Amino acid sequence: MPTLVKLLAQRIALGLLLLFLVSILIFAGTNILPGDVAQSILGQSATPEALANLRKELGLNDPVVTRYFSWLGGALHGDLGTALTSRLDIATEIGRRLGNTLFLAFWAAVIAVPLAIFLGLLAVRYRDRWPDKVISAFTLASISVPEFLIGYLLMFFIGVKLRWFPSTAISYRPDADLFTRLESIALPVAVLTFVVLAHMMRMTRAAILNVMQSAYIETAELKGLRMFTIIWRHAFPNSIAPIVNVVMLNLAYLVVGVVVIEVVFVYPGMGQYLVDHVSKRDVPVVQACGLIFAAVYIGMNLIADVVSILANPRLRHPK
Amino acid sequence: MRIPLAALIGLILTAIYFLAAIFAPLIAPYGVAEVVGQVWEPSSADYLLGTDNIGRDLLSRMIYGGRTTIFIATAATILSFTTGAILGFLATVLGGWWDQLMSRFVDLLMSIPTLIFALVVLSVMPVTVPVLILVMGFLDSTRVYRLARAVAVDINVMDYVEAARLRGEGNRWVIFREILPNALSPLVAEMGMRFIFMVLFVSTLSFLGLGVQPPGADWGGIVKENADGIVYGIGAALYPAVAIATLAISVNLVADWVLNRTTSLKGGRG
Repeated sequence: MPTLVKLLAQRIALGLLLLFLVSILIFAGTNILPGDVAQSILGQSATPEALANLRKELGLNDPVVTRYFSWLGGALHGDLGTALTSRLDIATEIGRRLGNTLFLAFWAAVIAVPLAIFLGLLAVRYRDRWPDKVISAFTLASISVPEFLIGYLLMFFIGVKLRWFPSTAISYRPDADLFTRLESIALPVAVLTFVVLAHMMRMTRAAILNVMQSAYIETAELKGLRMFTIIWRHAFPNSIAPIVNVVMLNLAYLVVGVVVIEVVFVYPGMGQYLVDHVSKRDVPVVQACGLIFAAVYIGMNLIADVVSILANPRLRHPK
Repeated sequence: MRIPLAALIGLILTAIYFLAAIFAPLIAPYGVAEVVGQVWEPSSADYLLGTDNIGRDLLSRMIYGGRTTIFIATAATILSFTTGAILGFLATVLGGWWDQLMSRFVDLLMSIPTLIFALVVLSVMPVTVPVLILVMGFLDSTRVYRLARAVAVDINVMDYVEAARLRGEGNRWVIFREILPNALSPLVAEMGMRFIFMVLFVSTLSFLGLGVQPPGADWGGIVKENADGIVYGIGAALYPAVAIATLAISVNLVADWVLNRTTSLKGGRG
């Protein structure tokens, strides 16, 4: 299928172009904005010598374009520079933390995705009856509270009052056995699941309801098939593309939600690293983390596109 | 005009929050930074919600905090709507290259998660209230731009717009006298959603220590200050959850009603 390959190659090239433009935007965001980076790092009381030294160290005396390309070149070779505050190599630090973050996001996804699809199916099966209503009320409630507060609510009631799980993930060690690791991330995973579940469920419901209005569903109904069989055999396969889209978009959101949740539960991941260094005004670390988060986000969206091209024959042959 | 019960509850609660925000100094029993008691006292007749991590009255902090949160969210929403809507309409009216340029740039901005981009920008900017409003407003205007453009594209091809153009009216007239009045209702309904998003956004930033700076109070900051108490079983940090959730739900109810009223055939735009 040469057209298919061409279409996918085009889409991936577009993703890479987007990533390149995003890297410019992130770099520009920390450079072209009004205000002197060195000044805002050191504060108003900095001596002129200290400012001059920091400018030299950051390479602020070079033109912006030169600095951008040396930064991008380094990043492509895995060299993200050193942190201003701790003098540690950023790439090794991120390598250590990225695994932790992915571990957290992975388990949240493993629980949230099947649950959301199942509950979405349930909401369609019992449309406008109480399970559907409970699910919509739950959705409204969960989008009305910021995720860090959901985190503290769970921490307070489950971690501290009931003592079912450790209330923070501060004791998390990547080299501990799997069970210990899972126990220490139980609450953060629960919060992340909760946050993405609502949206994913709602979109799954909408996607299947959309398909349910087709003529072949009516035929299946007239054949006398059971409702759940109709949904499972006829509606679900046709709504895979939109559902995969929703799942990927939510996983992308998960990667961002992780930032806040890691701070709440004191989990040693990428999000905490980023937030810590934003308040310390450690620009190289912020740029590196921003680039990685944006890359993951764009990557997820790219996969969503590719899957919907693969799943829908009509998209393979654009008119 | 009959208002459904849900919308009425929403309207009343929203009004209470806004009035409390405006008249905060009159309602709050104590000053915002006034240390009045021991650390984390339980609620009592003197301190209805108890005291916070350094002995300030929590109810007063919540009321003043609501004022800051609602003020920043409102200002950012207004900024995001004026920029987003005007640019969206302009892109439609100008069309061609300008439209492509602006739309692709908005796509680019939207391909970075809002929180991450805000963090990147705030790492080099001084964190003050005007900067927060600007950053939040401009980042969010991308969403409004999309909606405004989508709505305006449909209106721009109407006969009356063509008539106005043949009459010799300029772009300014078309935007403000033809498109804006007809695009207003979907935009107003969306405004409710954007406002809630702004409340959640500013709370998150403050919680991360990158929003409102102490000793100023806002709902996210109150969570941050009192978060240490959670581990000792002190729930002071959870009050903002109740405040944010009720505000968000009541604004949602109002926005839903506005949307239903303006899109239903019977209700009409009257």
